Amino acid sequence: MPDRSGSSGSGGSWHICVSRKTAQLDGHGRAALQDIRQAGMAHIEGVRSSTLYFLRGQLSEAMVERIARNLLTDPVSEEVTFGTGLKAGSGLTVQDDPAKSTPCAIDVHPQPGVMNPVAISALEAVRRFVVATGDAGSVDDLQTARRYDIIGARGIDDLDTIAATVLANACIETCYLHGFGRDDAIGDVFVAPPTRAFELRCVTMNGLNDDELAKLSRTGHLFLSLAEMQEVRSHFQNLGRNPTDLELETLAQTWSEHCVHKTLKSSYEYTGDDFGKPGTVTIKIDNLLKDTIAKATTDLNKDWCLSVFVDNAGVIAFDDEYGIAFKAETHNHPSAIEPYGGAATGIGGCIRDIMGCGLGAKPIASTDVFCVATPNFDAARLPKDVIHPRRVLKGVVGGVRDYGNRMGIPTVNGAIFFDDRYLANPLVFCGCIGLIPRNMVEKTVRPGDCIVVTGGKTGRDGIHGATFSSAELTDDHADEFSHAVQIGNAVEEKKVLDAMLLARDHESGCLYSAVTDCGAGGLSSAVGEMGEETGADVELRDVPLKYAGLRYDEIWISEAQERMVFSVPPEKLEQFLAIFAAEEVDATAIGTFTGDGKLRVRYDGTIVGEIDMAFLHGGIPQPTLHAKWTASDAETVALQKRTGTPNEQLLSALGTLNTASKEWVIRQYDHEVQGRSVVKSLVGPGFGPSDAAVLRPRHESDRGIAIACGMSPELADVDPYWMAICAVDEALRNIICTGGDPNHAAILDNFCWPKVDNERSLGALVRTCKGAYDAAMAYGLPFVSGKDSLNNQFSMSEAEAKRTGLPQNIAIPYTLLISAIAMVDDVTKCVSMDLKTPGNKLVIASAPVRQTGLVAAMAMHDKTSTLIRSGKVRAAHDISDGGLAVAIAEMCFAGSCGASIELSKECYAPGVFDNVATTYLLEMNEADATASGLPIIGTVAASPRLVIQQASKPDIDIAVSALADAWRKPLANGGGQ
Amino acid sequence: MKNVPVLVLRCAGINCDEEVMHCWRVAGASPTLIHINELADRPAMIDDYAIVTIPGGFSYGDDIAAGQILAQRIMHESADALRRLVERGGGILGICNGFQALVKTGLLPGGDGSRELVTVTYNDSAKFEARWVTLEVCTDKCPFLTPDTKLEMPVEHAEGKVVIASADAAKKLDTDGLIAVRYIDANGSHDRYPANPNGSEAGIAGLCDTTGRVFGLMPHPDRAFAHTHHPHWTRRDNTGTPDGLTVFQNAVKYWGK
Repeated sequence: MPDRSGSSGSGGSWHICVSRKTAQLDGHGRAALQDIRQAGMAHIEGVRSSTLYFLRGQLSEAMVERIARNLLTDPVSEEVTFGTGLKAGSGLTVQDDPAKSTPCAIDVHPQPGVMNPVAISALEAVRRFVVATGDAGSVDDLQTARRYDIIGARGIDDLDTIAATVLANACIETCYLHGFGRDDAIGDVFVAPPTRAFELRCVTMNGLNDDELAKLSRTGHLFLSLAEMQEVRSHFQNLGRNPTDLELETLAQTWSEHCVHKTLKSSYEYTGDDFGKPGTVTIKIDNLLKDTIAKATTDLNKDWCLSVFVDNAGVIAFDDEYGIAFKAETHNHPSAIEPYGGAATGIGGCIRDIMGCGLGAKPIASTDVFCVATPNFDAARLPKDVIHPRRVLKGVVGGVRDYGNRMGIPTVNGAIFFDDRYLANPLVFCGCIGLIPRNMVEKTVRPGDCIVVTGGKTGRDGIHGATFSSAELTDDHADEFSHAVQIGNAVEEKKVLDAMLLARDHESGCLYSAVTDCGAGGLSSAVGEMGEETGADVELRDVPLKYAGLRYDEIWISEAQERMVFSVPPEKLEQFLAIFAAEEVDATAIGTFTGDGKLRVRYDGTIVGEIDMAFLHGGIPQPTLHAKWTASDAETVALQKRTGTPNEQLLSALGTLNTASKEWVIRQYDHEVQGRSVVKSLVGPGFGPSDAAVLRPRHESDRGIAIACGMSPELADVDPYWMAICAVDEALRNIICTGGDPNHAAILDNFCWPKVDNERSLGALVRTCKGAYDAAMAYGLPFVSGKDSLNNQFSMSEAEAKRTGLPQNIAIPYTLLISAIAMVDDVTKCVSMDLKTPGNKLVIASAPVRQTGLVAAMAMHDKTSTLIRSGKVRAAHDISDGGLAVAIAEMCFAGSCGASIELSKECYAPGVFDNVATTYLLEMNEADATASGLPIIGTVAASPRLVIQQASKPDIDIAVSALADAWRKPLANGGGQ
Repeated sequence: MKNVPVLVLRCAGINCDEEVMHCWRVAGASPTLIHINELADRPAMIDDYAIVTIPGGFSYGDDIAAGQILAQRIMHESADALRRLVERGGGILGICNGFQALVKTGLLPGGDGSRELVTVTYNDSAKFEARWVTLEVCTDKCPFLTPDTKLEMPVEHAEGKVVIASADAAKKLDTDGLIAVRYIDANGSHDRYPANPNGSEAGIAGLCDTTGRVFGLMPHPDRAFAHTHHPHWTRRDNTGTPDGLTVFQNAVKYWGK
């Protein structure tokens, strides 16, 4: 351990510690202090953060000093210490008054092999700096770490708790504690991950019985079913050999739930409640996905659907020249273990899906939806290995923020849904939208094309992500699956995007014939999918590595981030590589797409795997699943009890976490980069919640797109059929409110399910798919892309369940996210939800789909949309959680206006707090309101009060400022105090 | 009116180049987008341009500090050419990350290469924040700005707080007229959050050099070039030139004379 090996002029190591001069200048320190206090340690008085840099190389002390002072330290706001060896002194300064408490610090180091973008950038900058100063020195390596000097800690236990629950995640980081008699020796920060020698390994399957096959599937992290394992065994038996480990891994990745959606593509026998009408039925479904979701798209047969269900994203026509690509993904399991990294790589992966759509779309917006447990969950009742929901929420928001903002892609729309059943399985939905020339939508790999891997280097990170995401989590999962968790490097992905668009739009024409992203399953999936029709021959020795010593199978299935795979005709290879080199992006040919229909993988010439593409993509057995659903009295909807006066009820409805303002999240996202923003998430002088985002994809055109989402998890336990319909209904309402064209709108489905090993869960799946189909058909909304994430379920030991008072198995509610996108003919005619002009009338447009049926509901959607798009509506908002009362309250404070409403049963039958589908509240002038034929229920008022008079109930009569406060406060700081 | 050639710089992590190019085109200039590696090979190309623009983004991930690695490259690779540009009457515009980089090169404020006057660091809120702000123009020598006007545009950053090194530095900013734009609220205050979104001292949102022709600001005129960018456009009278676009138009008017 070279602790003090540094010496001037010889190859030695140095440390540099950069600290902010005062707490006021120390943003990281103050943020950490806030997190520590929110985690319950109110006695901590201060945190001083420092950045530690560790250098190894041939450097003189004078050079190190110049690096430290002139490159790494800001002369106005920071101060620096440096020295030989790796042991850095405290970053505390006199102002911190450490005399008041024991000096102590926590150093957080990334584990070897974990992506550290700061170290990569800093190493390049230091090297440039040394060259620019004309110094003869050189730098071999650079690492960084974060130091937190803690003021007010009472003992080493405090440091341990702070390290484990606030500052670091043991899956990816190592903490070294200093103080209270402890002074952890820092290991060799430059240690290389272990090197593994080449050895071709086969897995014995021949002769294994069923139990042994099942065990092999689990212990090898293959997560294949017994039937699938049997299929693989007999395939290789027929070949007269055992599979290599790489072949088995490739099959497991390709056949994983994550990659092939086998549960949704299974055939079903369903018995139970009929769909949308009384009685019971028994039906057979050949392929659930094909016969419901995809069937709606086929049956609707819209000529503006340019590419559906065949590529990394769905594409619909935007105008004569461009199409719009849209995709939403989940990244749930990684986000459960490392929220920040999981969400960041989630959005990074979805952005790559857009980049890998057709011949490459340019990402122009992102969306995010989170499902988490309530932030005030009792920390003492947290099961082992489960991260507190407040930290989960902060982490996932931070991950989306840092990745999206750095990529320069605005995050424009989203939602957060709170339910404690998401405690151990938070859901992270990331969506991305891209702009693509219509002549770039098609791609075809040609035999003879080079396989070129670009972007990030390959490391041992993210092994088994695809199969891991198909498994159930347990209270040991952090240990077992830590290798599946990664940290992203957004700037690397931005560089790949820049280079790709230059190659796509090259003056001689597109320099490649196909592209796809390297996501789940890594090269195994990317090359396997691209070469499905041709075959592929890959040499793994040629794949650029982060460090030496990876085994061939690790290279093949690593899900290292920020990589794209291209199919490049040999005659264009030189130009292609030159463009990537100029953008400083790695691009390396690693093989050829052949014509023999075989996936052949070599390591240094030796064949380590050879699988027929036909078996890889067509060999998975399709089981028949049994599904059942009958409404049970036990699961009638647990209506939230409302207590207090009507005023108090309204304040409490506005403060419900699902309704409360998400401003804390929205403002952390750069939602205006690229200059395309038209309707933002927060609108009006009082910043009310917009129903949808509107963007102008082409700066020079007034044509736009509206983006929204819908979810109805409150119906999950009641009837998933209606849950699906109401989710579609909500997404459509949101689109219509801002001026989107419902006749030119498409939707995406994202299913998140608990385990699917029982008839009821499968019954719920069938009902959801049926509901989605019926809604899509009635509303004319084709599905253009979708994904599912199953097994979002957590199990813990009996003892742990007893300790926490939680059920031993926690299953998430059946969750369907509908994302919607619609064309907007003219963005300058869009409508926002803030009330505009006192004296205008408030009109209700309502035909609740559960009561009136899909046909009447669609008629109301159409009527409302026509009114809005004709320019007669000044403000529009849909009725959802909290009912009409919450909707009008939001419109009032958004517009800094009041309103006076008089409700009668004739004009509006539901309760004032009821969440009813297919209902809109519109502001129109008196003449237009009267002409609309819709019930007028009130008037916009100049005085800042909301008054709602209801027959036989006390009035709501309350200041609009009080409504705004009730709505803003609960999540003002991520749900913490 | 003369043609106004503008060089727009990009590098790894710069991500506002597309809208900045669009703004220059709409304003009537002739912008050229160039990668910093090409500029490093041939810094004298700057001699062919009237204005250099450094757009926003996260150059090199903002690792080390916002704009710092980009600033180092500019100083080492093209400082002389940029100095020549300013000496012959040309202009430099840095937006957001471009502003941070200009401060860290010492080209702003003052323009003497000194790093001792101010820096740009973490927002008081210690997090990234996006919101619209109102700016008060407080110089009459910056050709990008119309004196005695107010401008509305968004800020979107985590490290936008301008810190003044000392009382002497504050005095120099004042006497040399280096403060170009300040955040201001409805009551004329420069300090109150959120009108001042990051805790910037003296409410500084943008700085210029002694000539006024080197100008940088944290807010984004390049995201306020259309009426529909304004958060309240659905309730406003959308006439006149959008505030952000005036910055580019003013420059074209000045350098196109």
